[in-house]
Amino acid sequence: MIAWTIYLTFAGAVVLLVFPDVLARWIALLTTIAGFVLGIVAFVRTPVADLAHFMTIVSVPWVPPLGMNYHLAVDGVSLTMVLVTGISAVSTVLFSWDVDHRQREFFFWLLLVVGGCYGVFLSADLFLFFAFYELVIVPKYFLIAIFGSTSKEYGAMKLTLYSFFGGMFVFAGILAAYATAGSLDLSQLVQFHFSAQLQSWAFPVLFLGFAVLAGIWPLHTWAPTGHVAAPTAGSMLLAGIVMKLGAYAGLRVAMNLFPEGFHAWSKWIAVLAVIGIVYAAAVALRQHDLKFVIGYSSVSHMGFVLLGLATANVLGVSGAVLQMFSHGVIAALLFAVAGRMLYRRTHTRELDALSEMNLSHALPFAAFAAEITILIGVWKTYPIAVWITGAGMVLVAAFTLRALVKSFFGEVRMQTGRVSTDAEWDEQSITLAEKCGACLLMFATLAVGLYPKFLLDRIMPAVEAMRFLK
Amino acid sequence: MSYLELIKLASPEAVVVITALVVLAVGLTSRRTGTICSSITVLGLAGAIGAVLMLPRNANLFGGMLVITPLTSLFKIICLALAFFTICLVRSEKSLRHPGEYLAIILLATVGLMLLVGSEELLMIFIGLELLGLSLYVMAAFDRNDARSAEAGLKYFLFGSTTSAFTLFGISLIYGMSGSTGLAAISDKLAAAPVQPLLATGIIMTLIGFAFKIAAAPFHLWAPDVYQGAPIPSAAFIASGSKVASFVVLGKIVLVGFGPVHGSSAWHAMAAGWSPVLAVLAALSILIGNLVALAQTNVRRLLAYSAVAHAGYTLLGLVAGSRDGFSATLFYAAVYAITLVGAFGVVAVVRGETGGDDLKNFSGLAARAPLLAGCMAVFMLSLAGIPPLAGFFGKFYLFSAALRAGGNYGLLWLIALGLFGSFVSLYYYLIVLKAIFVDQPSLETSSSPDRSSSDLLQRITVTVLAAAILVLGLMPDTLASRILAAVS
Repeated sequence: MIAWTIYLTFAGAVVLLVFPDVLARWIALLTTIAGFVLGIVAFVRTPVADLAHFMTIVSVPWVPPLGMNYHLAVDGVSLTMVLVTGISAVSTVLFSWDVDHRQREFFFWLLLVVGGCYGVFLSADLFLFFAFYELVIVPKYFLIAIFGSTSKEYGAMKLTLYSFFGGMFVFAGILAAYATAGSLDLSQLVQFHFSAQLQSWAFPVLFLGFAVLAGIWPLHTWAPTGHVAAPTAGSMLLAGIVMKLGAYAGLRVAMNLFPEGFHAWSKWIAVLAVIGIVYAAAVALRQHDLKFVIGYSSVSHMGFVLLGLATANVLGVSGAVLQMFSHGVIAALLFAVAGRMLYRRTHTRELDALSEMNLSHALPFAAFAAEITILIGVWKTYPIAVWITGAGMVLVAAFTLRALVKSFFGEVRMQTGRVSTDAEWDEQSITLAEKCGACLLMFATLAVGLYPKFLLDRIMPAVEAMRFLK
Repeated sequence: MSYLELIKLASPEAVVVITALVVLAVGLTSRRTGTICSSITVLGLAGAIGAVLMLPRNANLFGGMLVITPLTSLFKIICLALAFFTICLVRSEKSLRHPGEYLAIILLATVGLMLLVGSEELLMIFIGLELLGLSLYVMAAFDRNDARSAEAGLKYFLFGSTTSAFTLFGISLIYGMSGSTGLAAISDKLAAAPVQPLLATGIIMTLIGFAFKIAAAPFHLWAPDVYQGAPIPSAAFIASGSKVASFVVLGKIVLVGFGPVHGSSAWHAMAAGWSPVLAVLAALSILIGNLVALAQTNVRRLLAYSAVAHAGYTLLGLVAGSRDGFSATLFYAAVYAITLVGAFGVVAVVRGETGGDDLKNFSGLAARAPLLAGCMAVFMLSLAGIPPLAGFFGKFYLFSAALRAGGNYGLLWLIALGLFGSFVSLYYYLIVLKAIFVDQPSLETSSSPDRSSSDLLQRITVTVLAAAILVLGLMPDTLASRILAAVS
């Protein structure tokens, strides 16, 4: 049943091309809601015990002579990712409610990205997986280049080429696994023992390819420019789901296929991740454009995910998956706030300029942003972070947190410094769609922040079943 | 062997030749017979496809001069279909003042393709090559009002005749060493003898003619001018049918005829044979094609350089030298041909509307003609290897076949180069799509007084081809397993 998330999303993308522009957003909304509901239902109804293994849901021969199957499977990790995809997708559509030109195209590309993400999270066949993975790349280009803002064509091209650059390494790694083991099925490949020599070069190639999409330092530079250039929906999708694709793929494919290679290289991943966390946080501190701040903070948070993966223990990896979920929701929320609620109304994202402008009416927003920051704080200080990453990591976490707090609280103080009136403001109060989207994201953030157990119960057994664990 | 049997086995070629003669005769009677001529042509092609379907599964005449296998039948059908789509593009071409002659020449070229595909004997292959070549030279130069077309024809002719001479010389050397022109007999002789300098010379010279046909670097210099200058249907046919047939016959020559002198192109264990020759051609094509294409501003020139790059990828399967590799090559070549006919169809419509085929003529196409823009996106992304289009599966198949065949990842260097090339190529394909989808229209389009039925036909053709690419991408098994079964 969960497979229908993929079919429905692609069907929605095709269907909305047939109908007139005005209906596009409704079709997109219905489609994404359907996907989200399917995710929830599957999440609630699937017994927790079943989620400990990569459980096949569909398996149909596709290209039999070459061993390609249309094989979908689900476990706790992928179900969690499907859920965050659903949440981000619905809120993304809600936050793009007033796209005013070429709506059909906009929602078409958007649904392609969402459908591709569902596909990646559910694939259990390397070829199918890679097809979905690459499918996500090009729609992003059009979303950003057509509908974006600041230097959109540059940002779009940079992001697309970086993704494709990573995809090239992924291609090479997948070919190596396929040519050696003679199979593309993940459940067979994880049984196969690759020689240590192969693993020692195939793992870094494959993992590096995935990590580009996850924004690993020093290949992260596409992320901030891409996020800034993208329309709000684009940034939300990018930070919310697409960056997670890289981390999820690294976990599902690279680490599972080549465990020895992973153990040999994990400390280097950790080093790059820590550099990424600190570096991106430090850069974020010095940014003036609010979207750049969030963009760099995304890189920093994805560093945490990679760090969690690099620990190679159940807690660390489960924490990383949980972080993927929570950051997916939070980043989407932050970009929504920066892009839609703030930029649309003030037409600037410069932090300095924001203090100059008459933003006293933005108090609802200010409270809003602060609330999110607090939520991030709740999340970060949640004890599991301590267990996972150890004392050194806590320092880094504090650093990141400080960066965020400073940018947001500093901004709030500046904003509340002046009071004045702006006639236009009332016309541009937060719309119902935006409220719904924000509420959805906030609810998800709160739910996970306060009661992560309901996710962890499903993630941890699935992680325990993976073979790279020491 | 009675003549009746011969006619039966050669019936597809015979049908096409007769159609060509009829079309020529009808075309002579009056200038206003374009519609009649193209109807006859289409009927003839349909008849030929029917004749191919009636052929027996396997037959071999005169020591390989005319061979019928599932593979040859499949590719005869593909060549005939490509000719059909090319003819769909012809109809709107106003500059062609003698449609009868033009269509007849396309049909003769198609006969050349079928002879190439259906022969395993070097002399017959050479005759097919020449028949094809001579028809294509005329087709390239057919637009008498356009100096570029004349230039294209002359360039194509000069390069083509020179490389043909090389190939003929190479064939004579091979014949001198093996005493036979049949591929199977050559293979038996070569298996006994080691690789000598004379044999190496013969092999290289023979391959040159085919490297020219598939536009592999460094024998690609004609491609940009021909793709840009020739009438659009001619360019489409040169880029599609001619390439597919050349790959089929090139594969047969190297795998069947020269099979014993495969050599090795593995990174650490290069060994003399035809495989390193093709590996060098492939590497040069991938590098030169992709890097030069980056700088192009004319869509047809861009397609030409990307054709060079794709010739390089396609050669990878032959370099691998396995059954899987050959079938991957054929799949990729067929998909590529369909894509290029479609892309040239889009170029033809845009040229009809804006009078040019530079990137700026494409700007804002998405607003003018969304369906056409979508089709162009399908073609470009398929060339770039983006799922779920056929080019993606083709590339995956090619590269995986090459990696599996190389033994201990010997061909990894070539595959890495191919991956790098396809990474570079995404940039220039996106530049085309950026013009179409992102840029504002920069030119006044003629408010098309002649949006006639022919224009509609072109649009339908393009849409059908785009749908074919999508279907082949979603269900590659339909073609891939057929080719794989036929290659054995």
